[in-house]
Amino acid sequence: MTRVLNAFNHPATLLVLLGLAIGFPFVAGNEYQVYVMALAFVWAIAVYGLNIITGYCGQLNLAHGGFFAIGAYAVAILTADHGWNFWAAFAMAGVFGALFGLIVGAVSLRLKEHYFAIFTLCVGFIIYMLLDKWEALTHGPLGIISIAPPDGFGVVDFTQTRPFYYLVLGCLCAAVFFTRRLSNSLLGRTFRAIRISDDLAQSLGINLMRNKILAFVISTVYAALAGGLYSGVVRFIGPDIGNFMHTFDMIAYLLVGGIGTLMGPVIGTLIITWLTQAVQSLEEYRMIVFGPLLVVLVIFFPKGIAGSFQAWRARRNATARVSNETGRTPPSQADTSETAQPSATTSASAPTGHGTRGHSNA
Amino acid sequence: MLEINGLTKQYGGLTAVDNVTTSFERGAINAIIGPNGAGKTTFFNLVAGAARPTAGEIRFEGNDIAGMAPDAIARAGIARTFQTTMLFEESSVLDNLIIGHRLRTGSRLWDVLLHTPRHRRAEAACRDKAAEVLDFVGLSAIGDRMIADTSQEERKRIAFALALATEPKIVLLDEPAGGVNPGETDGLVALIHKMVKHDITVCLIEHKMDMIMSIADRIVVLDHGAKIADGPPNEIRNDPAVIEAYLGAEHAEA
Repeated sequence: MTRVLNAFNHPATLLVLLGLAIGFPFVAGNEYQVYVMALAFVWAIAVYGLNIITGYCGQLNLAHGGFFAIGAYAVAILTADHGWNFWAAFAMAGVFGALFGLIVGAVSLRLKEHYFAIFTLCVGFIIYMLLDKWEALTHGPLGIISIAPPDGFGVVDFTQTRPFYYLVLGCLCAAVFFTRRLSNSLLGRTFRAIRISDDLAQSLGINLMRNKILAFVISTVYAALAGGLYSGVVRFIGPDIGNFMHTFDMIAYLLVGGIGTLMGPVIGTLIITWLTQAVQSLEEYRMIVFGPLLVVLVIFFPKGIAGSFQAWRARRNATARVSNETGRTPPSQADTSETAQPSATTSASAPTGHGTRGHSNA
Repeated sequence: MLEINGLTKQYGGLTAVDNVTTSFERGAINAIIGPNGAGKTTFFNLVAGAARPTAGEIRFEGNDIAGMAPDAIARAGIARTFQTTMLFEESSVLDNLIIGHRLRTGSRLWDVLLHTPRHRRAEAACRDKAAEVLDFVGLSAIGDRMIADTSQEERKRIAFALALATEPKIVLLDEPAGGVNPGETDGLVALIHKMVKHDITVCLIEHKMDMIMSIADRIVVLDHGAKIADGPPNEIRNDPAVIEAYLGAEHAEA
């Protein structure tokens, strides 16, 4: 049954996409395009994290860019100031992501819906302020240069664009793989139950706080690891990486691609990244192009590209199954389909006429 | 099996549930009725742990569960349905039910990520349970249908199935026949009888008087949060306090 929902999850589709990604550097016009693609993959990994807490679990986390920055700065500070090798620093970025995620999550997830969103917006801003003002640790607005690249092995040298591209692609595949596993599992179902309703989830024996924190920490680990990779490819970072605009960019990627879907994050990230490249000459005015596009998309495809495609597939498959059923439908089912109409009308009139009567007379 | 002693819930100056003492017997159909705003749903919320009582105790099989978290109460064996049926619209009926049994299984994050045998067992158990409860409520034939394509009555049955997937000893049904036509109501009544036959105690809130009078073994009447009557249907039907609460004082005198 899950298959139906996951048209984009089909292994064949995923392998085709992977093949295209592997072949991309060979068809790309120049190194710069490969570099742009690698950066897009880095952001896509972070968007996968956002998809878990916001897409699956339904909690709009506006500090996501902050956790990306924490990962980026962890790698930058540990390699540039403390001489760590990249991979050790990268692992620590994940640990920091989990640690800060746990602390922030344990406090912020006590709030619900937009209160949670506003709280995390503040957390994101505090992270940005710390990066900008805590000069002893972060070098303030000067930023950090000479960040170590990932150590290569043998002939593989990650300071070159192509090897780095494949490294990031590998990480992205891992992100998709874990998301897919999570999404199809009981844990993924738990997160989705929380998205439907806190009350419903709890009535099914789901420990709300524990599962929300778990989703939050998984998402911050994704973000921090993506941030670590970002440091490794760009090799220079400043406090601007913690700017909350990055969070809103990621939300846009997620909305365009399809929130709560497996392939949405990568689809949305790639489309917007390349659109941005295409209209780069417009500079600040590019929002004149993006704004209306986003509005049209949200109105006509609220589920995003992957989401709309999945819904269309699911609908088509369900129709096919139901028409298969009708040949051997048990009578009870024929009944319900006939009575569906009247039941809708009674539901509208049912609440009147009961209960209130007593008090109007009393 | 469920004993309630002096249960009270105050919201500021408003007393939503006022010192209610009653008990629900195992294997019986217990109904809670009362005019709108009488505190019925609040009463359910207190029993299910969704709201914390201001005072009083709730003994379930001898243990005081008052103030426990709702998920812990669900694990203890109290399941509930809601007035509005909340389901995952874009997935199939069967798919919606799988999560219902997770609380009876044990698998953690690492089991999920590494796909351990423990997680596979847990998932298989949940799928089996989903198929079983779907069959119990008589909807096996539409397991593949999308929720968005189901009728109001089918949704009610799916909500029952989800509650049953938690393997409850007692189910709290909040308006199980709300928004469902009379013919379909009879089907739901039969289903409630079937639950009782399978040793599940039922406690329900309902506005449909005909249904309540025919189905309930015992009725508790709430008005303005307080219990005004408690007994079998034929007693409740003729109780002056109940008639007054429902129809107004002049009817009770007449």
